[in-house]
Amino acid sequence: MQSYVQIENAGMVFSTKKGKFTALTDINLNVEQGEFIALIGHSGCGKSTLLNLVAGLLDATDGVLLLANKEIKGPGPERSVVFQNHSLLPWLTAFENVHLAVEKVFGGSESKAQLKARTSAALELVGLTHAATKLPGEISGGMKQRVGIARALAMEPKVLLMDEPFGALDALTRAHLQDELMKIVAATQSTVIMVTHDVDEAVLLSNRIVMMTNGPAATIGEILSVDLPRPRDRLQLAHDPRYHALRSQVLEFLYSRQMRPKEAA
Amino acid sequence: MSAVNATTENLNDLLSGEDIAPTPQVSTAAAPTRRTPYFETESGKRLVENALTLFRNAIPPLLGMLLFVGLWGLISHSIKNIPGPYETWISAVELFSDPFYNNGPNDQGIGWNILNSLYRVGMGFGAAALVGIPLGFMVGRFDFLNRMLSPIISILRPVSPLAWLPIGLLVLQKAEPASIWVIFISSIWPMVLNTAAGVQRIPQDYLNIARVLNLSEFKVFTRILFPAVLPYVLTGVRLSIGVAWLVIVAAEMLTGGVGIGFWVWDEWNNLNVAHIIIAIFVVGIVGLLLEQGLMLLAKRFSYE
Repeated sequence: MQSYVQIENAGMVFSTKKGKFTALTDINLNVEQGEFIALIGHSGCGKSTLLNLVAGLLDATDGVLLLANKEIKGPGPERSVVFQNHSLLPWLTAFENVHLAVEKVFGGSESKAQLKARTSAALELVGLTHAATKLPGEISGGMKQRVGIARALAMEPKVLLMDEPFGALDALTRAHLQDELMKIVAATQSTVIMVTHDVDEAVLLSNRIVMMTNGPAATIGEILSVDLPRPRDRLQLAHDPRYHALRSQVLEFLYSRQMRPKEAA
Repeated sequence: MSAVNATTENLNDLLSGEDIAPTPQVSTAAAPTRRTPYFETESGKRLVENALTLFRNAIPPLLGMLLFVGLWGLISHSIKNIPGPYETWISAVELFSDPFYNNGPNDQGIGWNILNSLYRVGMGFGAAALVGIPLGFMVGRFDFLNRMLSPIISILRPVSPLAWLPIGLLVLQKAEPASIWVIFISSIWPMVLNTAAGVQRIPQDYLNIARVLNLSEFKVFTRILFPAVLPYVLTGVRLSIGVAWLVIVAAEMLTGGVGIGFWVWDEWNNLNVAHIIIAIFVVGIVGLLLEQGLMLLAKRFSYE
């Protein structure tokens, strides 16, 4: 069977003032439809660069990236992104922020009422119906991130890309949103690629964890399958030896084999 | 003593809003059931509290004004030709009692002078906004244009506004458009530079959103560029109007006609120093009002 997302020999070289900088090299990854992939690695290992390649915000200097057998050229709404810092437009309400995306994707084929219904449904999915008329400045960081997720999901993307979506949140809010995300992904059968630096998050959420070596010229070091049954419950997993085994494997990779280089910031 | 007490009681009755006619009391202590005085009730306490806050906030500025007027009085006392605060006040009352008289081009009311100056500022500043804001957008958006224009802007921006007047007189042949031209050229720079800075400082995240959503150029402009840059534009507008108002007085002194600047010069020729001092206050207050008005507008459009 053909993979949904195919990354073949992808590499990324940035031209900087100090000369060429190889960020990524020889990336090969196949993602199946409905799969949840976590990209993990130390800062500066190029995991966000890889996500941006899939998003089309960056163009790979080597290799090819395919989505459903079509080459990825430039960004597009079928690969929606949840950014780390929510990136809501501060002058639009939660509803308008989501609606902007819905309008763009479905505006050509659906009526205004349908577009509004889609927007409301997306906000309901993340439990924010009550905050629809609020501006981003008036809601908490967790709520903003949920609006960002609603916006990304409302576009009904083929792949949902998340760049450390919960990195800026406190631990309790993060846990809460992780649980919600698991429910949403189970309900929508979304294909997700998520960048994270949180080992627990990676094990809890993903089907496979893609562990990256340190940059420069980072590549995929190892891929770990997480065969924990779903739905997953963080309290039960806390006592599950399989969970701890997986967790230590990731930690082993990150801190023993890919020790953070001294010069890294 | 008792008479004073009685009046306070009456006042309290009035303030508490009760309709009962105040019964004359000889002594408060003698009354068997004493009603709570207004100033001890909740709303009364709040009133006192508010009055005290107002008082505390008003003291420093009032003291400053008093000091200023005092110093002025002192100076006018020692220098014979400078009128004191009182004389100036009398003169101002007289002047503002008939602000819109018209005895020919060189003798018009203060109101006409202010309105004429505001008209010139409005024309010059309006034209500067019409040219400067779109230009700022383009300079901010296109790096080539930015690098092309920045040496010119760097050279022209520090030029004293009045240095432009001869060019204006030469090209436009008349005093009126020449002074508008001076306002235009001196108030355009803050708008160009601030708008350009605003466009350049749009967070990359917002532009990434635009790219991921594949928004059309029109949507990018109306939904992202324009709202993101608006606060910067308004800062530029505010600085510009300040400059325009500064420049108009000087420009009118040179060009003549009806206007507050020319009026100052005219009163100097008449040796009416009180009017010159009044003009200084008028210029200051109008400038303050223009700036505060735009501050309110800017606050209305700030989203964070």
